[in-house]
Amino acid sequence: MDLKEKLVSSFLVFEDNIDVDNDVHDIRSKAIKNFEAKGFPSKKEEAWKYTSLNSLQKIDFSLFPKKESAIEYKDVKKYFLHEIDTYKIVFIDGIYSSYLSETTHDGVDICLMSAALTKPMYKPVIDVYFNKVASKDESLTTLNTAFSKEGAYIYIPKNKAPKKPVEIIHFSTGNEAALLLQPRNLIVVEENAELQVIERHQSLTTNDTFTNSVTEIFADKNAIVDYYKLQNDANTASLIDNTYTDQKDTSIVSVHTFSFGGKLTRNNLNFYQNGERIDSVMKGVTILGEKQHVDHHTLVHHIEPNCESHQDYKGIYGEKSTGVFNGKIIVDKIAQKTNAFQKNNNILISDKATINSKPQLEIFADDVKCSHGCTIGQLDEDALFYLQSRGIPKKEAQALLMYAFANNVLESVKIPELKTRINKLIANKLGVRLGFDL
Amino acid sequence: MAYTEEELKKELETQEYEYGFYTDIESDTFPKGLNEDIVRAISKKKNEPEWMTDWRLDAFRIWEKMEEPEWANVNYEKPDFQAISYYSAPKKADPNKSLDDVDPDLLEMYRKLGISVDEQKKLQNVAVDIVVDSVSVATTFKETLAEKGIIFMPISEAIQEHPELVKKYMGTIVPKTDNFYAALNSAVFTDGSFCYIPKGVKCPMELSTYFRINEGGTGQFERTLVIADEESYVSYLEGCTAPSRDENQLHAAVVELIALDDAEIKYSTVQNWYPGNSEGKGGVYNFVTKRGLCEKNAKISWTQVETGSAVTWKYPSCILKGDNSIGEFYSIAVTNNYQQADTGTKMVHLGKNTRSTIISKGISAGKSQNSYRGLVQINSRAENARNFSQCDSLLMGNECGAHTFPYIEAKNKTAQIEHEATTSKIGEDQIFYCNQRGIDTEKAIALIVNGFSKEVLNKLPMEFAVEAQKLLEISLEGSVG
Repeated sequence: MDLKEKLVSSFLVFEDNIDVDNDVHDIRSKAIKNFEAKGFPSKKEEAWKYTSLNSLQKIDFSLFPKKESAIEYKDVKKYFLHEIDTYKIVFIDGIYSSYLSETTHDGVDICLMSAALTKPMYKPVIDVYFNKVASKDESLTTLNTAFSKEGAYIYIPKNKAPKKPVEIIHFSTGNEAALLLQPRNLIVVEENAELQVIERHQSLTTNDTFTNSVTEIFADKNAIVDYYKLQNDANTASLIDNTYTDQKDTSIVSVHTFSFGGKLTRNNLNFYQNGERIDSVMKGVTILGEKQHVDHHTLVHHIEPNCESHQDYKGIYGEKSTGVFNGKIIVDKIAQKTNAFQKNNNILISDKATINSKPQLEIFADDVKCSHGCTIGQLDEDALFYLQSRGIPKKEAQALLMYAFANNVLESVKIPELKTRINKLIANKLGVRLGFDL
Repeated sequence: MAYTEEELKKELETQEYEYGFYTDIESDTFPKGLNEDIVRAISKKKNEPEWMTDWRLDAFRIWEKMEEPEWANVNYEKPDFQAISYYSAPKKADPNKSLDDVDPDLLEMYRKLGISVDEQKKLQNVAVDIVVDSVSVATTFKETLAEKGIIFMPISEAIQEHPELVKKYMGTIVPKTDNFYAALNSAVFTDGSFCYIPKGVKCPMELSTYFRINEGGTGQFERTLVIADEESYVSYLEGCTAPSRDENQLHAAVVELIALDDAEIKYSTVQNWYPGNSEGKGGVYNFVTKRGLCEKNAKISWTQVETGSAVTWKYPSCILKGDNSIGEFYSIAVTNNYQQADTGTKMVHLGKNTRSTIISKGISAGKSQNSYRGLVQINSRAENARNFSQCDSLLMGNECGAHTFPYIEAKNKTAQIEHEATTSKIGEDQIFYCNQRGIDTEKAIALIVNGFSKEVLNKLPMEFAVEAQKLLEISLEGSVG
C-alpha cells in the first residue's frame, strides 16, 4: 500500500478517535477529499519541478505513535535556546510533553492546538482564524488539515506582548521506526501586539522521519511578528514546512529560515498582504553538504497599495547537495506604489552540487518598484589570497568569507542569543572554529 | 499643452495598424484541414524527393500524438488545425524569372512596406529572398553570393539542389519531437530560407528575408536553416509584416542555426505581425521555435524586436556545446491593447568557458500581458561558464501586466551567473526632470522609451535599426524617435 492510500484509509480511524461532532470535522473531511483527489505532488507540477517526493513515499511511515516516549531534559538541553528564558511548547513524536514545556495563559495564550480545537473558550478564535489562510487546494497543506489535531496555539490579544520568546520544538525519538508527523500551528497576533517565535524540528534517531507542518500566522494592524525557523535536523529527517501569513495594515512579519540540516527540506512561505503599508520580510541562510536538498518556495501576494516586501536568501552548497529557490511576487492591479525586492545569492563549493533558482515577478500594477536579483558564483580568489597571505589557513579563510557572505541575513535577527547560536551552527557546519568571538 | 501619460495611453489604444492592407493576388490554395494526404500533397507540390516526404509524414505522426502546450502565460482560443489551409502560393510566381517579371501587385505591396527589391537593393547592399505566402518569388544578389560559394535560396530549392546538406542538418537542432508546433512545422512547412556559408567565408552582405501572411485563413509554416561552416560569418535579418485579418492566423516557424567551429551567426528579427485591433479581435498567433548550436569558439547572437502578433510564444535559444562558445540574446518586446507575449531565451551551457548574455526589455501598454521566460542552464562539465541576464519591464497604464519567469540551474561550482530584473513605470520625477529642462512630456516619454530600448536597438544592423525604429513608433506612439 502506498503512502497516499495509507493516509487516506487511516483518516477514518483518526476521525473516530477524536470528536466527530466538532466543527473542524467538516474542514478535515473536505481536506482529505482534496488530498485524495490530488495525491502527493510530482515533479511534473511546475511548483515541484526541482523537488521529488518519490523516495519519501516509498518509506513505510508509522502515522500515529502507539506509545508515549519520554526524554530527559539534559539529553536535549542543547536544542533549546537555554541561555535565555523562553516559553516552550514541546512535542515528542507529535505528542505534547508537559514535562519539557512551559506554557502560559497569563494575558496571552501560549498553549496547545488540541486544547484550542476542543475547548469552547477558544472557539471564537478558532472559528475566525483556523484554516482561513492555509490553502484549501494545495495537496500537502490539505493533508495536514485533514489530520490537524496537535501543534502550537498562540493567541496574543490587542496591545500585548509576551515577556519572552516562544520556542516550539518537535522531537522525534524514532522508537517506532519511521514516523510521519503533521503538526498544525495557529498564531494570532492582534492589533499592536508583538510576538517572537523560534521553531525547530529535531530527530533523535537514525530512523526516517517525515514532517509535514502547517503554520498559519495572522498579524492584525500594527502587529509585529518575528518567526525564526531553525532547520538543523538529522540527515534522515525530511521536512515540508507550509507557512501561511495573513497581514493587515502596517503590520510587520518577518520569517528567517536557517537551513543547515535535514535530508529533504521544503519551505513553502506564503504571504498575503490584506492591508496597506505592510512590510513582509523573508530571509534565509542555507548551508548544505552531503546529499542534502533544500527548496525555498516563497510567494508574496501584494493585494493592497503602498506595501513592501523584502526577500534575501543566501545559499552555500557543498558536496552533492541541491538548493532550490523559487520566489514569486504577485502585484495586483490596485496594489500601486508597491516596493517588492527579491534577492538570491548562491555559492557553489563543490562540482557535484546543484542550484536551481527561479525568481519570478507577476506584476499587474504600473506604479511599482519591483526587482529581483540572482547570482551564482564562487568565493573571491583575491580575497582568499589576501587572507592566506596574512597567515590564515585556507579552510578558515574560506569559512570567513562564507560567513561574511551570510552575515547580512543574520544582522536582522533580533534575539542576540539566537544570533550567537546560529553563528555557532554556521561555524560548525563550515567545519571551522572561527577565530573571532561570536 | 502638456502631453500626459493618459493621452499617450489613449493614443496607443486608437492607433491603427498602419501596414494593414491586403493585396489581391490569385492564390493556389489547398482545401482546409490536415491529414496524411495533405502532407503528401504538400510534398508532391514541392516536387520533393521521397526521403523528404517520409520525413514529413514521420513528423505528422509524431504531431498527432502530441498535445498543445498549456504552460505559457498566455490565453487564447486554440486554433482549429483542421480549419487551416496548409498551402498557399502566389500563382504567378516563377523562381527563375527576373525582377522585371515579378507581379506588379507584389512589387506595389513591397513598396508600401518599404522593402527595397529594386534599385535600392544595391544601395542598401541587402540580398532579399522575399517570401510571400510560403513561396519565394524574388531572389536577389544570388550571383554575388554564389561567387563566394554562399548558398542562399528557398529551402524547397535547397532540398532539390543540396539534399546532402539539408539531410545532414535539418531537424538536428530542433528535432521533430521537440514540441507541438515544431512537429507541426516539420510536417507541413511550405518554404523558408536555406543558407550555407562555406569555410572561412565572411558573408559580404546582410542576408534578409521578409515573411508575409497574405491569403486569409492560411497558416504560414516557415522553415529556416542557417549553417555557418568553420571560421565563417553571416548576419541574417528576418522581418515580418502582415495585413489586417479578423480571423486569427497561425504562424509556427522553425529556425535552426548551426555555427561550426569559430563561426559566427548574427540573427536579427523584426516582427510586426498584425496584433489585432484595439478590442483584441484578430491578430496573428506566433508560435515559433528558434534554436542555435554553437561548436568550438562559435558565437550566435539573437536580436529581436517584437512589436506585433496577438499572441507570441517564442524562445530563441543557444546550445553552447563547444568550448569557448558564446550565446547572446537581445530583445525588445512591445505589447499593446490585448497583445500577449511570452518570450525569452534558453542558454544551455555544455562546453567549457562558455559565455552568454541576455538583455530583455519588455514594454507593456493598454491591456496587454508581457512575460519574460528564460532558462540558464550550466551543466556539470561546463567549467568557468559565465552568464549575465538582465530583464527590465516598463509598464504604461495600470491595466497591463509584466511578468518574469527566469529559470537558473547551475551544476558546476565554477559557474558565475548574474540575473537581475526590474519592473517600473516612467517615473514622475523623470518626466519632471525633462520638463524642467524644457523638454515637453511627449518628447520626454519618447526619450525615456528610447533610452530604455537603446541597449537592444544598438545591436541591430544599420539596415534594420531604421525599420525597428519605425515599428516601435507604430506600436508605441508618435513620440518615439
